[in-house]
Amino acid sequence: MSKLLESTLNPAHAVLDQTCLAGDPWMATVRAGQTLRILDLEGNQAVDTLFYSADDAAERYSAADTIARNGQLYLGLGSRLYSNTGRVMLSIVADTCGRHDTLGGACSSESNTVRYALDKRPMHSCRDSFMHALCHCHEAGVLGMGKRDIAPNINFFMNVPVTPEGQLSFADGISGAGKYVELKAAMDVVVLISNCPQLNNPCNGYNPTPIRLLVWN
Amino acid sequence: MNTISANSLLWEEHLPGGNHWSGRLRRGTALRLTDLQGGANVSALFFNAEQPLERYNMPDTLKSQHTAFLTAGFVCQSDMGRVLCSITADSLGWHDTWCGVSDAAMVLAQYGEKRYQEHRNAMHRNGRDGLLIELAKWGLGVRDLVPGVNFFSKVVPDADGALSHVPGHSVAGSHVDLRFEMDTLVVLCSAPHPLDARPDYAPADVRLSATLAAPVAADDACRLQCPQNGRAFINTERYCGVAA
Repeated sequence: MSKLLESTLNPAHAVLDQTCLAGDPWMATVRAGQTLRILDLEGNQAVDTLFYSADDAAERYSAADTIARNGQLYLGLGSRLYSNTGRVMLSIVADTCGRHDTLGGACSSESNTVRYALDKRPMHSCRDSFMHALCHCHEAGVLGMGKRDIAPNINFFMNVPVTPEGQLSFADGISGAGKYVELKAAMDVVVLISNCPQLNNPCNGYNPTPIRLLVWN
Repeated sequence: MNTISANSLLWEEHLPGGNHWSGRLRRGTALRLTDLQGGANVSALFFNAEQPLERYNMPDTLKSQHTAFLTAGFVCQSDMGRVLCSITADSLGWHDTWCGVSDAAMVLAQYGEKRYQEHRNAMHRNGRDGLLIELAKWGLGVRDLVPGVNFFSKVVPDADGALSHVPGHSVAGSHVDLRFEMDTLVVLCSAPHPLDARPDYAPADVRLSATLAAPVAADDACRLQCPQNGRAFINTERYCGVAA
């Protein structure tokens, strides 16, 4: 478990303060030097998140670069989030949760058929939310984004422990109501979030809930 | 299953250490990768050959099989819930899925500069550029560069997730067999693993051996590995228009 550190930022001074409901996507630009807070309002909520360079979406968050360059499987306070060109996109500067995942990826209707049952395909999923955002959000249109740009993501507040023997499990969330993570942007980034609608495993405590997103200059 | 029978062999190719390769492996064929000197690393990406928007997906592969590494009995899944290829044999027991590839800056910092101008084909190469060169031949590019499999490499976490690369994991003659369940574009690069701390640039050569695969039996070990794999095979058969 990583160290915990509370933020000194005051929500009253945030330049953006929005709520993203359970199962909704969210997309916005965060400028270099700004700080983004993702707040788990009711607890146990997985927040599937991708980052892109605001100049060129071909440069994007890379789970493999982040894992190899940090020499660390899990994300926590002090983790640098690397792009696929090896540049630091953001760093985790405050965290009251302690561990975040970047192995578990995002659920999809197709992966639900494999993981749970063939008839789970109609259930709402993160990757359907990503597709919806790609079709509707201003930033995605400007950057010409499509399915090719959806790569393995970060799951904030999700706990996917790996044993030294290489077993992977989805453990109960370690997040709770009011826990948050803060990221300081090192470059202009577009943030793409799916507030996870998964009902088939404990990643959302079987009850997906809203999150709050704040940005400070 | 250590030897390949002459009548099932389709072709063989030599992949020098540090080099890159791509090609199409049809459903019903298999590819054996053999580490010829020991210490090889083969970074691999897999795409649906007729629609490369569908590609190997590291998280889907790991979470549906509840594993963080790959070995015999596991399958490489696409992001569309299908099996691109199955690992039918493996002499090693662990292939890395997390760490991606080295890039030019990492290879320069670790091994120093060796350019073509002075060193010809003994120049230093890196994983990222090797994969990108092969991707470009199929109209693909950086947007298609996702976390792949690093065959022959082992990286283990401690209890807090700190990673260490296991030196000497793969010995000369180590091999892994992939059976293709869909027509698959295979993109390979044999440059050093990004966490390999070895100070000298000496990636091992790899032999590629393509064969005709036996039909997938009802009691196939990869299919029966877990109920998730059984459903991924059903999805694959539906896509390919064949009976289960």
